[in-house]
Amino acid sequence: MSTPKVAPAPASAPDAPFDVERIRADFPILRQQVHGKPLVYLDSANTAQKPQAVIDAESRVYREIYANVHRGVYDLSMKAEKAFEGARHTVQRFLNAPEAREIVFLRGTTEAINLVAHTFGRQRVKPGDEILISGLEHHSNIVPWQLLCEQTGGVLKVAPITDEGEIRLDELERLLSPRTRLVSVGHVSNALGTVNPVRRIVEMAHAQGVPVLVDGAQGVPHLPVDVQALGCDFYAFSGHKAFGPSGIGALWGRASLLEAMPPFHGGGDMILSVTFEKTTYNVIPYKFEAGTPNIAGTIALGAALEYLAGIGMDRIAAYEHELLAYAHDALREVPGLRFIGTAREKAGVVSFVLEGVHPHDMGTVLDYEGVAIRTGHHCAQPVMERFRVPATARASLALYNTRGEVDALVAGLHKVREMFA
Amino acid sequence: MSEELRELYQEVILDHSKRPRNFRALPEASQAEGFNPLCGDRATVFVDLQDGTVKDASFVGSGCSISTASASMMTEAVKGKSAAEAEELFQRFHALITAPPDQAGGAHPELGKLAVFAGVCEFPVRVKCASLPWHTLKAALQGAGATVSTE
Ligand SMILES: Cc1ncc(COP(=O)(O)O)c(C=O)c1O
Repeated sequence: MSTPKVAPAPASAPDAPFDVERIRADFPILRQQVHGKPLVYLDSANTAQKPQAVIDAESRVYREIYANVHRGVYDLSMKAEKAFEGARHTVQRFLNAPEAREIVFLRGTTEAINLVAHTFGRQRVKPGDEILISGLEHHSNIVPWQLLCEQTGGVLKVAPITDEGEIRLDELERLLSPRTRLVSVGHVSNALGTVNPVRRIVEMAHAQGVPVLVDGAQGVPHLPVDVQALGCDFYAFSGHKAFGPSGIGALWGRASLLEAMPPFHGGGDMILSVTFEKTTYNVIPYKFEAGTPNIAGTIALGAALEYLAGIGMDRIAAYEHELLAYAHDALREVPGLRFIGTAREKAGVVSFVLEGVHPHDMGTVLDYEGVAIRTGHHCAQPVMERFRVPATARASLALYNTRGEVDALVAGLHKVREMFA
Repeated sequence: MSEELRELYQEVILDHSKRPRNFRALPEASQAEGFNPLCGDRATVFVDLQDGTVKDASFVGSGCSISTASASMMTEAVKGKSAAEAEELFQRFHALITAPPDQAGGAHPELGKLAVFAGVCEFPVRVKCASLPWHTLKAALQGAGATVSTE
C-alpha cells in the first residue's frame, strides 16, 4: 500500500492514496438508485461496469474514425487501423507480453479457450493423450476440453481441490504424465475467489515439458498480470470483466506456439492468398482473426486497460485486498453465514451460504435493498458439487466498491434473516 | 419492506417453505424429476393416481422458498382431483404467475389458496421457481421416470 499523503493528488498518481470516490465518479452507471436505494453493484465478477473513458472511446470511434481495418488505403481506414493496432500494443504492455503479434483479439475468454482447444488441441492430442485442468474451473475451461477429448480420444484429468478451495498441487503434480499435452487452469476462481499459484503450476508443468494455458478472466480485473513472470504459454481474458465492452477479449500465446498452430476460423483477413487449389495463411495474429473484427470494441478495450494502468494495478490490488478482508470480517458477524472458499490467497470474490435461506431468495430480497449480487452455481457446477451446495450467493468486488457498500450488503443480509431464518 | 416483496413472500408462502407439507417420497407412485439449472433447484414429484384420481401427491428435493412453497401447496391442491383437473389447475396457476402487470390482481376463487402466488408475476425470473413443481407434476402424471428442466 502507498503511504497516505495530505495534499490531494490525482487518482492516477502512483503514490496518491487510493481515492475510491474519485474512481466512482468515473462510472456513470453507479450514480443510480434501484428500488429507491443507491445501487450497490457487487457483481463485477459476472460483468464489470464501464468508466466514462471506455464509453467515450467507443463512441469516439463511431463519431470520428470508423472504417474497416486492414483494408483501406484512405485516411479514415488508416486512422481506424492505427487505433485498432494501438489497442493490441496496449494489451501487450498490460500483460507484459514479449510481442504485440502474440495478442489475438477474440470475443472473450470462452472463445480464446475454444481456439486453443480447436487448433493446438486438435493438432497435438492423440487417443490416450491428456489435458489436465483443476476442480476449480469455470465451465468455459472444462467443456472445450471435453469436446476436444470426445473428438480426439483424449482424456480429461482433473486435479482436485481442498476444503478451503485451493488446488491440490501434490495431486496436480502426480497427474502430470508423459501423456499430458496441456495444463489449463484459472488465474483466479470466479466461484470462490481463490488466487491460484500459477507460477508454481507452470514450473511443475514445464518440468515435464507441458505448456500451460491460464484462464485470466478473473485475473486481469484484479491483479497485475505479467505473463513472462508467470511463465505460462497462453493467457486468455475477457474485456467485459475488465471494465471494457462485452464481445471482445484476447488471447496471448507464445509466438512459437501460435505459429505452429493451424488457423481457427477461415475467411477474410486470415489469408495471404487464396486460389481454389491452395490458400496461404496470414502471419500471426491475423491468421486467427478471420473476418471484420469488433473494431470499436477492441479500441475501447484498449481504453479500459489504459484506464486501469493509469490507476495502477498494484494499487487496485492492494485496495481490493483490504476491502475483501473488510468484507470477510463484516460477513463473519452475520449469524448462520458460512463462507464457501477460504483459500489463503483470494481476490475479488466472497462466496457464501446462509443457513435456512436459499441464495435465490437472498438475491431477490437484497435487490430491494439496491444490492446486486449473483446467486447460483456461477458456471462452476463441479465446485458447487465439491462443497455439496446447490448454489451460493456471491458478492464480487471491484476497484469502485466501498466499505459502505459492504455494510449495505451486511445490513441487507440481516433483513434476509429476519424474513427467512 | 417493499410492497412487491411483501406480495411475493406472503406469510402462507413463507410458512410452506419453512415447513413443507407432503415432503416425503412415495416410492410406489409415479414420479418425475424437475431441475432448474439457474438456481440448482431440484424436485422429485410423486403422484399416486388411482382410477384417474390423485389419491396422494408428495415431493422431495431442495429449492428456494418459492419453489418449495409451490411444491408443498401444489401437492395439497391436487389431492382428490382427476389428472385432467390437475392439469387445468396448472394452466390457471400458470396464467396467474405470468400475468402481465397491468392485468394482475383481482380475485381467483378457482385457484383457492394458490392465489397467494399472484405476487410472482412481478418477478419474471422467479416464475420458473413457482412453475417447476407443476411442470414436474405434469410429467409424473404423463408417465413415470421423466426429467424436466426449466431451461
Ligand atoms: C474464470 C472464468 N473463466 C471464463 C469465463 C468466461 O468468460 P466469457 O463469458 O467472457 O467468455 C468467466 C466468466 O464468467 C470466468 O469467470
